[in-house]
Amino acid sequence: MEFSFSEDQNELRRTARRFLEVASSEARVRTAMETERGYDPATWAQLSGELAWTALTIPEEYGGLGMSYLDLHPLMEEIGRALLCAPFLSTVGLGANALLLGGSEAQKQLYLPRIAAGETRATLAFAEKNGKMDVAGIEATYARNGSGYLLSGDKSYVLDGHTADLLIVAARSERSAGAEGVSLFLVPNDAEGLKRAWLPTMDQTRRLASVQLRDVTVPDEALLGDEGRGWAICEKTLDLARIALAAEQVGAAEMCLERSVEYAKVRQQFGRPIGSFQSIKHKCADMLMLVESARSAAFYASALATQGGEGLEEAASSAKAYCSDAFFHCAAETIQIHGGIGFTWEHPAHLYFKRAKATENLFGDAAFHRERVAEQMGL
Amino acid sequence: MEIALSKEEEAFRQEARAWLQEQLNGPFKELQGRGASGDQDRYVEERVAWGKVMGAAGWNCIGWPKEFGGRACSIREEAVFNEEYVRANGPGNVGHIGETLLGPTVIHFGSPEQQERFLPPIVSGEEIWCQGYSEPGAGSDLANVQTKATLVGEEWVIEGQKIWTSGAQYSDWCFLLCRTDTEAPKHRGISCILVPMKQDGIEVRPIRQMGGSSEFAEVFFDGAKAQKDHVVGGINNGWKVAMGTLAFERGASTLGQQYLFQKEFEQVVAAAKESGAAKDPILRQRIANAAIGLKIMRVNALRMLEHEGTDLNREALISKLYWSNWHRDLGKLAMDLLGPEAELLDAPPYELTAMQKWYLFSRADTIYAGSNQIQRNIIGERGLGLPKEPR
Repeated sequence: MEFSFSEDQNELRRTARRFLEVASSEARVRTAMETERGYDPATWAQLSGELAWTALTIPEEYGGLGMSYLDLHPLMEEIGRALLCAPFLSTVGLGANALLLGGSEAQKQLYLPRIAAGETRATLAFAEKNGKMDVAGIEATYARNGSGYLLSGDKSYVLDGHTADLLIVAARSERSAGAEGVSLFLVPNDAEGLKRAWLPTMDQTRRLASVQLRDVTVPDEALLGDEGRGWAICEKTLDLARIALAAEQVGAAEMCLERSVEYAKVRQQFGRPIGSFQSIKHKCADMLMLVESARSAAFYASALATQGGEGLEEAASSAKAYCSDAFFHCAAETIQIHGGIGFTWEHPAHLYFKRAKATENLFGDAAFHRERVAEQMGL
Repeated sequence: MEIALSKEEEAFRQEARAWLQEQLNGPFKELQGRGASGDQDRYVEERVAWGKVMGAAGWNCIGWPKEFGGRACSIREEAVFNEEYVRANGPGNVGHIGETLLGPTVIHFGSPEQQERFLPPIVSGEEIWCQGYSEPGAGSDLANVQTKATLVGEEWVIEGQKIWTSGAQYSDWCFLLCRTDTEAPKHRGISCILVPMKQDGIEVRPIRQMGGSSEFAEVFFDGAKAQKDHVVGGINNGWKVAMGTLAFERGASTLGQQYLFQKEFEQVVAAAKESGAAKDPILRQRIANAAIGLKIMRVNALRMLEHEGTDLNREALISKLYWSNWHRDLGKLAMDLLGPEAELLDAPPYELTAMQKWYLFSRADTIYAGSNQIQRNIIGERGLGLPKEPR
């Protein structure tokens, strides 16, 4: 395994940064976050069109660019850095990955080219009001219904669920428990009996939704993967999304560090820049240590996802746990270092602080993932 | 997770592994694992003999240029060698101060005569060095050294005191930071002088550490002598030399160190399983956290080795702060998961268990070779460009 980014990956990062500095400037972020949709369709059209970010990890035979999961890493860092408001993590990290992992040839042919082109925004509806991030959280049910399935239940914390065109719904057969009996279904957003609602959140740069399923009927072809074996696909999809999210957290944490350092160099108190005081300098030093270490954790997981080796679960959980803590720490210190201005609505520090908390909870918090690592270790 | 090696590097690894395994399972079997932290003052004679055998076989100073007796190994090869050394459970290396600090300093700053006189015995393992930097009043504020050297005829005459000098008891030579101009500003009146340790005028008093062993010492200089031409880098240029010495640390020990940490961590996990602590939800979190931290340390190191030579190697800057914190936390975790049993010694009068040693000795990790506070200053100033403290 190589342990540094390639020149192509560095170039992708530079391109992304140039684009996002404009398309996801602070002003644009603030505009997008005031809307119910939560993103700017014109920006989405650009990033999925000329920039082809949605096509990046999709194989060429399905209309994608066939690049690796590690190639996605620098892009996710930049997305985190710029706090991009877009259904990108849901579409690429959840939707495309679930289809790639569990889809039949026909399903991949049907959906992946549309996802690659940015025409279809997809998401995974797995969590519910109970808030559990493991298989025990899945209570929604399905039953055979003639030549198809009948889905019932309530999904919650669905990433971009209110705007997605395609929802991949996890449900279990009646009276099943654990991983046995969980299946995934491809549900279009206009399915009868489907009701979606935006869940307003503390972090306004990302959208969550609730999804009601009231006897939603889907045909046989909507089943993703084998019936009753959906959890393995769901879990691996989540792991891949966690890795992408961890990379996003690294980029955001690094931005917090850079802003703090910049401010500490210019803000004068007691006749000298506050960054010359060890109390501030040492905070920044710790942030750098966390950012680089978080990058190592996420990088390794991305590289492993590309290479396909053993231990992806552990690597994904390690990255998600460490990067969550690192991002939170950096975002919190950014407020402290900025003092009063860091506590205002006007300054962007709170946007990072809020996103830190939101990303911490998304797909399982640090404690959840450390417990998962402990299990992997055989403890 | 392994560093990707070229064919040549892999062959190098195999060569090192074969030689080390043969020696440490043969003639030097009893030295396996001896002289580690907490045990550095033991088996000294045997470890000196081992150093000479290493030298004769060409395994000392492998990263040095060939003209000075090294093998011109890359940092990656050096890191691989160190990893194999630890894998073979090699003993604490009494020659490491000479190899990693004084040698590179003489190579960079020394005169041809000094290079000829001092480098070969380091390569052969015949002369052992200690580092005379810290003083009671000069710790993190190293430029405050007060030990004084005065030129009298053809000799330096030295008065003063050093402290925390590792291995002073058994070293042949010391590279000593002395004040040679008391009038100059404090950074400008310092010289780095090479002083023979076995002479009248030097008294070594071992200091007993919190773990009970005596791995470092106070060294008193009362009319000690050094040759006039044994100043490295020129008179009153010692500050620059001292800073250079610290910069020579290439981080080659990183993989070996992590192998050691991995072994310690595995023992902690085994103990947690045995005691049932592994079922405790809070301790599970901490054990998992340590596991995650160790993996990250390895990726940090592998990234550092790939970035070697680039302008701003941030992975190298954070390395010391990261590993010393991790190791200190591991020591505490080991004690916490043992519960009351953590108190029980291996044997009287004061034979510590391995985990007690980690717990106690890891407290030194965050102090020596630049304390955590100094590390954070360095990261802030060199890594992030934050302004220096006004002095």
